[in-house]
Amino acid sequence: MSLRATTSQTIGPYLRIGLEWMVIEDLAPQGVAGERVRIEGRVLDGDGRPVNDAAVEIWQANSHGKYASPEDTQDKPLDPKFRGYGRSLTDNDGNFRFRTIKPGRVPGSEGKLQAPHLAVTIFMRGLLKQLLTRIYFPDEPANADDPVLKLVPAERRPTLLARRKGDGVLEWNVILQGKNETVFFDF
Amino acid sequence: MKSPAPYRRPYFDTQPEYLFPQYASTVRRAPREPLVVLPHTLSEVTAPVFGYGDIKPTDNDLTKQHKGEPQGERIVVSGRALDENGKPIPNMLIEIWQANAAGRYNHVVDQHDAPIDPNFTGGGRCLTDANGNYRFLTIRPGEYPWRNHYNAWRPAHIHFSLFGPALVTRLITQMYFPGDPLLDYDPMYNCVADEKARERLVSVFDWENTLPEYALAYRFDIVLRGREATPMETRR
Repeated sequence: MSLRATTSQTIGPYLRIGLEWMVIEDLAPQGVAGERVRIEGRVLDGDGRPVNDAAVEIWQANSHGKYASPEDTQDKPLDPKFRGYGRSLTDNDGNFRFRTIKPGRVPGSEGKLQAPHLAVTIFMRGLLKQLLTRIYFPDEPANADDPVLKLVPAERRPTLLARRKGDGVLEWNVILQGKNETVFFDF
Repeated sequence: MKSPAPYRRPYFDTQPEYLFPQYASTVRRAPREPLVVLPHTLSEVTAPVFGYGDIKPTDNDLTKQHKGEPQGERIVVSGRALDENGKPIPNMLIEIWQANAAGRYNHVVDQHDAPIDPNFTGGGRCLTDANGNYRFLTIRPGEYPWRNHYNAWRPAHIHFSLFGPALVTRLITQMYFPGDPLLDYDPMYNCVADEKARERLVSVFDWENTLPEYALAYRFDIVLRGREATPMETRR
């Protein structure tokens, strides 16, 4: 078939007009099963300056490792109160934030289970198409065997790992360029 | 569980690179390290589902969000969402946003010296129907200057955000208007080398959907990435 996908264009600086109505920073209301996590971070450009006009979206499985999507045909329970989608728009200091649950493990290539992770999509002025990356969890033994982390050069893997801060918050930053540049995927 | 069928990679020259210096903001925001090629696992072929619990059927009318009528020319913008295999994409959330008729966004960052319209916010959304069709009623947006280069002007455009069935089908794009003389000078429009890909970003005048004595109409069909025809084993 010969149709070709429409060309991506930048989200531009005025994204709030179209996207603010569905900001979802708390993904897991009471009653959703799973270990509660808070994730906070900043988006920084190549000069180390905060990006105040980014949309950060996360997509994740529930605590059983099941996505609330018809494409997930695994025989695992859905959580009716959990969609697994979050959207945060960065503030003037480049901050975004989510409250959610730690996802269960989902299958990867060749039938191996992946370590728990959040898929992260990032749009901003200055990006003609989205960036795709992932957040993995600290102190997670499954990280050592994760098939996607293994594709990433070892010295760059820490950019995909959230860090546990003193107050129980998991910190994960998006560094667009330079030292410790976040790993982004060709998808 | 079998490995899911992957989505097709972008066709040559039809999707932009991150670094595109003619669009100056890419220079300090485009990643410089090599991207890591990601196999399409369950995480990449699934996506959230939205419905009328999330939006109202009237959210597609940007002309009726305030007490008064907005300034400018009413237009119908409609079309169809398909994947590369020609399959319609039903029940998909589409979000749009745009400038008002004078080329001014209702946004604190926009300081362009053109009037705000108290009767026009410029944001709307809808769901595609069972056949992938969508429809908005809005105001034709104005062109406006920006600071990318000397005397830079954006052609009139409407921003579109779409999800599709998979994480990797997520798309944000811009719809342009036929015959706009600013397209030739716009670095965003010219961000890909494939001329046909650029032309697909331009809506077509749509006589059939005009509303007599009320609104002209433009058609903008959107194609999201499609899956490979046959399931393949994912290779590293």
